[in-house]
Amino acid sequence: MGKKTALFETHKNLGATIVDFGGWMMPVQYTTVIEEHNATRNSVGLFDISHMGEILVTGKQATELLQKTMSRDVSKANPGKMLLAVICNKEGGILDDLTIYKFSKEKFMLVVNGANEEKDFNWIKKIKEENNFEAEVKNSSSEFSKLDLQGPNSEKILQKIVDFDLKEIGFYEFKQAKIDGIQGIVSRSGYTGETGFELYFPWDSALQIWNKLMETGKEFNIKPVGLGARDTLRLECAMNLYGNEMDKTKTPLQARYGWILDLEKDFIGKQAILKQKEQGVKGKLVGFELTERGIARHGYKVFKGEEIGEVTSGTLSPTLKKSLGLCYIKTEFAKTDTEIEIEIRGKKVKAKIVKIPFYKK
Amino acid sequence: MDNPKELHYTKEHEWVKIENGIGTVGITDFAQHSLTDIVFVELPEKGKQVEQFKQLTVLESVKSVSDIYSPISGEVTEVNESLSDSPEQVNKSPFENGWIAKIKLKDEKELENLMTAEQYNEYLKTKEH
Repeated sequence: MGKKTALFETHKNLGATIVDFGGWMMPVQYTTVIEEHNATRNSVGLFDISHMGEILVTGKQATELLQKTMSRDVSKANPGKMLLAVICNKEGGILDDLTIYKFSKEKFMLVVNGANEEKDFNWIKKIKEENNFEAEVKNSSSEFSKLDLQGPNSEKILQKIVDFDLKEIGFYEFKQAKIDGIQGIVSRSGYTGETGFELYFPWDSALQIWNKLMETGKEFNIKPVGLGARDTLRLECAMNLYGNEMDKTKTPLQARYGWILDLEKDFIGKQAILKQKEQGVKGKLVGFELTERGIARHGYKVFKGEEIGEVTSGTLSPTLKKSLGLCYIKTEFAKTDTEIEIEIRGKKVKAKIVKIPFYKK
Repeated sequence: MDNPKELHYTKEHEWVKIENGIGTVGITDFAQHSLTDIVFVELPEKGKQVEQFKQLTVLESVKSVSDIYSPISGEVTEVNESLSDSPEQVNKSPFENGWIAKIKLKDEKELENLMTAEQYNEYLKTKEH
């Protein structure tokens, strides 16, 4: 039996299908993936994402510790800013992707993938100890519940239950604030490509805030959204998912994460990445669209005569009504409009490389 | 949706309706409901020989691929071509318009390995917990 979020019973009572996701019992869908997907694109969806891990890094040398372990230059960001980053090993392989919330130069919150939480925590702690940094690393995942409110109507709903003007925070900015009277953190961010917010607050307040959002969102037909639609929403925007588009065998350059590398400062993995940059990247992550019937799934092989790559994620896009996905492919075949084939249950199906993101607001 | 009385059912939630030695095969309302959003039906080839409880074809929902097993052995004589363009018929009308294939029944005795509607209803009760 996996771990449960504070809202496990709520999801069950709503009739959700529950699956094991990285050791957590999570709702994959309440009604249907397409319905929940469209609700988020067209109005508003509410996601319980409490399986995500929160790691607090504090102390005099908190900045130094993160400069060493993260791909981003956290010294440059103002307090109240969020940064997307990767943690790499010495070989430049991606250990996780995460968001960094900067409260001050001595206080940060790292929001990491649920399945990687312990691994990340142990890694950062180990680096801290090796370097004798004066900092504290604390795994606070069990203290926080996290809800994402996403979609064009999310701002109108959230505005009614927070104690500040949401216009004060821009994209990838956050504020410590009261959510329905409960002290928490609100950021303008998400994983859907829509306007939206991520909310953090004490674990036990989840039911109160969930109910309040569902009630306040009624006039906009708010829908609870499971991990199924979370996946199709992020895939339409070609956002990476750890375990699919990346793991420690892939570098940020291969995973289209070059833009979150601050190479003018030092961090673990940088030397290997620089070397790869110089020698040229061998495999690249690209988007494809099937031009014949079928759906390409994770792990399916890509061909152009010989085998040239592998699918990392694929689905039928509910918004675009196209069969699309992401794949790693040898760099020489990565050009847009290149015709390729994907093997689906022993049959080669025609596809072509297309520009990503597939969907943009 | 009620499970029609005249059909035979498998534990994997397929149904077969026998008429003049031909079995029409589909998936049950319970199955379409748990799969949801069927977006692709890979139709079996006409002339294909299938065996009871062995793979007949696959259905894809947005989130997953599911094997469909044949309730009876025999030759596929017809497939529901309309599912190519509108796979959602399996969701909307699992026992009628959403049928998948017709199979020439090879051995009537195999029907004894299947459940009646009443037995299937009982079987579903055990699945709900």
